[in-house]
Amino acid sequence: MPMNRTGRPSHSGEGTLPAPFESFSGHRGLRHEEPLIFEIGDARHSGVDIEDAGDFQTALGGLERNGSIGLPGLSEPQTVRHFTRLSQKNYGIDSGFFPLGSCTMKHNPRLNEKVARLPGLADIHPLQPQSTVQGALAVMRDLSHWLMTLTGMPAVALNPKAGAHGELCGIMAIRAALEARGDARKIILVPESAHGTNPATAVFCGYQVKAIPAGPDGRVDLEALKKALGPDVAGIMLTNPNTCGLFERDIIKIAEAVHEAGGFFYCDGANFNAIVGRVRPGDLGIDAMHINLHKTFSTPHGGGGPGSGPVVFSEALAPYAPLPYVVETDDGLALHEHHQGADDQSFGRLVAFHGQMGMYVRALAYMLSHGHDGLRQLAEDAVLNANYLLAELSTHITASFTGPCMHEALFDDRFLKDTGISTLDFAKAMIDEGYHPMTMYFPLVVHGAMLIEPTESESKATLDEFIASMRGLAAAAKEAAETGKTERFTAAPHFAPLRRLDETLAARQPLLKWTAPTPSQAAE
Amino acid sequence: MSMIRFSKDHEWIRVEDGKGVIGITDYAQAQLGDVVFVELPEMGATLMKGDEAAVVESVKAASELYAPVSGEVSALNQALVDDPALANSQPMDDGWFFEITLNDLTELDELLDDEAYEAYLAELG
Repeated sequence: MPMNRTGRPSHSGEGTLPAPFESFSGHRGLRHEEPLIFEIGDARHSGVDIEDAGDFQTALGGLERNGSIGLPGLSEPQTVRHFTRLSQKNYGIDSGFFPLGSCTMKHNPRLNEKVARLPGLADIHPLQPQSTVQGALAVMRDLSHWLMTLTGMPAVALNPKAGAHGELCGIMAIRAALEARGDARKIILVPESAHGTNPATAVFCGYQVKAIPAGPDGRVDLEALKKALGPDVAGIMLTNPNTCGLFERDIIKIAEAVHEAGGFFYCDGANFNAIVGRVRPGDLGIDAMHINLHKTFSTPHGGGGPGSGPVVFSEALAPYAPLPYVVETDDGLALHEHHQGADDQSFGRLVAFHGQMGMYVRALAYMLSHGHDGLRQLAEDAVLNANYLLAELSTHITASFTGPCMHEALFDDRFLKDTGISTLDFAKAMIDEGYHPMTMYFPLVVHGAMLIEPTESESKATLDEFIASMRGLAAAAKEAAETGKTERFTAAPHFAPLRRLDETLAARQPLLKWTAPTPSQAAE
Repeated sequence: MSMIRFSKDHEWIRVEDGKGVIGITDYAQAQLGDVVFVELPEMGATLMKGDEAAVVESVKAASELYAPVSGEVSALNQALVDDPALANSQPMDDGWFFEITLNDLTELDELLDDEAYEAYLAELG
């Protein structure tokens, strides 16, 4: 049996739930084994009849290709089946519970999709005359209005195309504001529990990163932060609620301390889902914050669609916000696209056009269909669901911090101590139970982290089923450790289309290009 | 005669004639899991104690190796870049990262000796 470096089988299945016989086709029931498209198709065949081009004069000056281009020749039904079978192996929020912590994998309402497909919004082009897209500009204006209202901030840039892009936008605005006052500060403070994109953004913008430790309660150590502040600190990047699922209670004191030292406060708004309608970030002293429309405002992500990360700004940073933005003129709505005069302090353009229009439509549809009370309730339900899981699971799985938590619950691997089963093994066993595993080994502040975010979309029935499975697995892990039979975990997943993949080999020796087998390999 | 010292960030340094060979400890490699990528500092680079000197990526996480002492980078282990698995299989030998020419030998006094590092690990549980 092939083993990876840690001695685990790289694919397994021997001795576990054997099928009574092997099928002649190699398929298992209606679940098809699907080869690569190059292995189905054959470059010598073509799925369509193309007429011979006959004699013709090329204009390529002898550069034309004469040999085969090596594309697999498939018919339309073969092609459709290939991609349909692959799509059936996909697991998404539409197929089941997806408690991926920090990612807010909530339901994407079909109403959003219906609105986004209206021809007046779906079939327009970014280069169309602005007088012909007044409705689309009104969507951008209304979305801007509600984002500013919900956050209590006076300005917004819609165009960043993802959370990390929003971070870039916010830190560029901070840098522009510092440069405008001739202040070349060099350091950005980032707490240990931050998303990895935070320090990456700071470095990308030319800053040095200084880590701020967490206290024993999983929150930023205020005293350590105060010690780190100084005339060289450009600002802090803080997530609230943080990635331990905890509200940073000292946030106002943190904002005051940072401002007193002359720095700016960037808030990573990835977890806005937990507080929308309840807390306005503008009231907390935040200078810039991105909002993941693809999390809090239910637009698809994780392969289902593009992200979108608008950034809201305080008065201090508003003049530096990027172009373009929507303005009202005597002739209707227009995009302010160019610097106008020396007073215009915008740091310029961040993207070629206006951002993810399709996501603006979906996010606004979500806001308007929920209303103020609905948005508030979604935050409350998200927090309630996470606390229900924390309370029900912490009897079997070690919770890292005592509750209550916010929208996600953090567990660690202390309950697996001396079982020979790791967080990774436990996560793989969850696949056998029919669940997308939670976020694991993040945040780094606890050992063998398991970060579970149920979101408000899930019913109590779904959560109860999940709790029963997780308790069952935790009990099975204890029992397995006593009997020494840990294969349920160490060889998991057993029921997935492919078994445990060798992630180490894949990372060390990635095969990124398909190469045709040699004749001797083909003969095997 | 060579001597070996450890940092609380789980780096080791083996010093002989003012030059120190640096790597990660067995504990560090076990915590990281299978190492899949290593980035070394530039030859001749000047490092201050505590600077990020190298990057280690494993299947679980990306982390930094901090310079346990100040000095100038005087040799690199190219074999480790070609085969990052050496950091797992022989962390204290062939899995070394780089060599540094020390500025200040007294900085070594701030590091842990064998016994103190063992005690520190026991404390971590």
